[in-house]
Amino acid sequence: MKIAVCIKQVPDTEARLRVRKDGRWVEEEDLPFVINESDNYALEEALAIAEQRGGEVVVISLGPARVKDALRKALALGAKRAIHLADAAFDGGDAAATARALAAVIEREGCDLVLTGSQSDDAGWGSTGSIVAGHLDWPHAWLVMGLEVEDGGSAKVTREMESGMNEVFRLQLPAVIEVQAGINHPRYASLKGIMQAKRKPIDTPTPAEIGLSADGVGAAGSKIEVLDVAFPSSGEGAEMIEGDAAAMVATLVEKLQREARVL
Amino acid sequence: MSRTVWILLQLRDGKLHRMAREAITAGQALATAVGGRASAVIVGHETDAASQEAAAFDLDAVWVADDAKLAAYTPGAFVGTLVQAVRGAEVAPDYLVAPHTYQSVDFVPRLGQQLDAAVVPEAVSFEAADDGMVFRRPIMGGKLQARVRTRGEGLAVVTVQSGAFSASDATAGSADVRALSIDFSTVAADREILGVEQVGGDQVDLSKADIVVAVGRGVGGEDKMQPIHDLAEALGADIGASRPVIDNGWLPRDRQIGSSGQTVAPKLYVAAGISGAIQHLVGMKSASCVVAINKDASAPIFSVAQYGLVGDLHEILPVLTEAVKAAKAS
Repeated sequence: MKIAVCIKQVPDTEARLRVRKDGRWVEEEDLPFVINESDNYALEEALAIAEQRGGEVVVISLGPARVKDALRKALALGAKRAIHLADAAFDGGDAAATARALAAVIEREGCDLVLTGSQSDDAGWGSTGSIVAGHLDWPHAWLVMGLEVEDGGSAKVTREMESGMNEVFRLQLPAVIEVQAGINHPRYASLKGIMQAKRKPIDTPTPAEIGLSADGVGAAGSKIEVLDVAFPSSGEGAEMIEGDAAAMVATLVEKLQREARVL
Repeated sequence: MSRTVWILLQLRDGKLHRMAREAITAGQALATAVGGRASAVIVGHETDAASQEAAAFDLDAVWVADDAKLAAYTPGAFVGTLVQAVRGAEVAPDYLVAPHTYQSVDFVPRLGQQLDAAVVPEAVSFEAADDGMVFRRPIMGGKLQARVRTRGEGLAVVTVQSGAFSASDATAGSADVRALSIDFSTVAADREILGVEQVGGDQVDLSKADIVVAVGRGVGGEDKMQPIHDLAEALGADIGASRPVIDNGWLPRDRQIGSSGQTVAPKLYVAAGISGAIQHLVGMKSASCVVAINKDASAPIFSVAQYGLVGDLHEILPVLTEAVKAAKAS
């Protein structure tokens, strides 16, 4: 079976963030980028399914030149080919515009299953995969914690609900499965994999080559515009206790005893 | 021109979901802000009790789609029903407002796609601007907030974050309950529901814990957990964790606190190395006193903490453990 995995390259969640000069996004210069966490799990799930049932994994990502690093890493982990929507026209899109481009690529590829993460650690729309499924008219499931591809073209899906409960259901393939972090244990790349990845192809189609007009993708094709980003106001936050470890702890313990009276 | 807001109400066991009431508050406020009126929409089966609950709010109408095909939630049946409802409406809605529940996030983006709408997930507030509404929503795991605007005149679909609007602020009133005209012969489920299961057996009940020491990704590894155990022992606390710790296998899943784990309300909550993603915050926001220890001063956990310490938890916790022991001995 042919499995497409849509991944996003995002700032490392541990990185210190600064607001960009124009105020509309974070400053990307000097920022370390990684594969989005839940997309990593989606990739592992796809590689495991391809190993068990036979087939190939194609990895797809949208974004600027730096995204090549994420795709190379996915190729090193075992994906066979990569598609990089690198044309500047794809940039700056909301979930709907990004999903439109991804769906067009997937349609051109002809896939049996699409896997992706449930939510990106940067913009966090949490909706790109579901919108891809809408364009393809396939079933989808969001926040998937268990996936079993069955003989006969169906899949058994375990989906997370609130309050520590899971829902189990069956859906027909092809489908878009948006996985939650924690569904499996992602592998590490081997040296051999890293060497092989250098020779694996990365295709970079333009909007026209996937049958879309440039004003239907990226910022031009979006209905959502980010006006500005900011750190939430700190005034309503905690009382910050300063000093070295010993001084902070001494102050904290006194406050817990006398002010909060919880110790 | 008067604007129309539809509030999609999620049900739980035949009643309004807690967050459906928050969505009513949000929808009413949005209607006021855009100079319009709000109605509620209920999709499900055997919905009488829930629609009576909704009818006690200040709404233009409570629109109901009730059919056996909607007894169990599936995105196929819910999206199919709601697309018909919007397209066939006497007065088409300008905004759909839904609670940001795991059910909404599953189907609302797809509903937006089918209706060619702008989708604004996880709104925490909104304000009227010259050329439409501006919504505030968390990005970067809650470290920052973005203000976003919807372009054009079309339908906007908004989900509202848990706790952003208070259920008790909804305006009471009286609304007519009316049936939506839906052709259910074209509505089909796209999932065969097999059942519901409890995650990991939940051997540990943290909900009644008096003191919780919670650990996040910042602890750095399974082999670096000792300071957490030591502090918990000194405090007589239960140990909890945010999701990354569980996903990495550093603690068992029944220690997870947050929207997909347990909800706690201790008198003291020590959050060590937890950045404070909203999914974690919803599980611990009822704690009386929160102490946050994190090396990143901009971590959102500090916005819900009473006391904040910026630094390395591996330096601070051992000192804190000794100080707690000394305080208890005196």
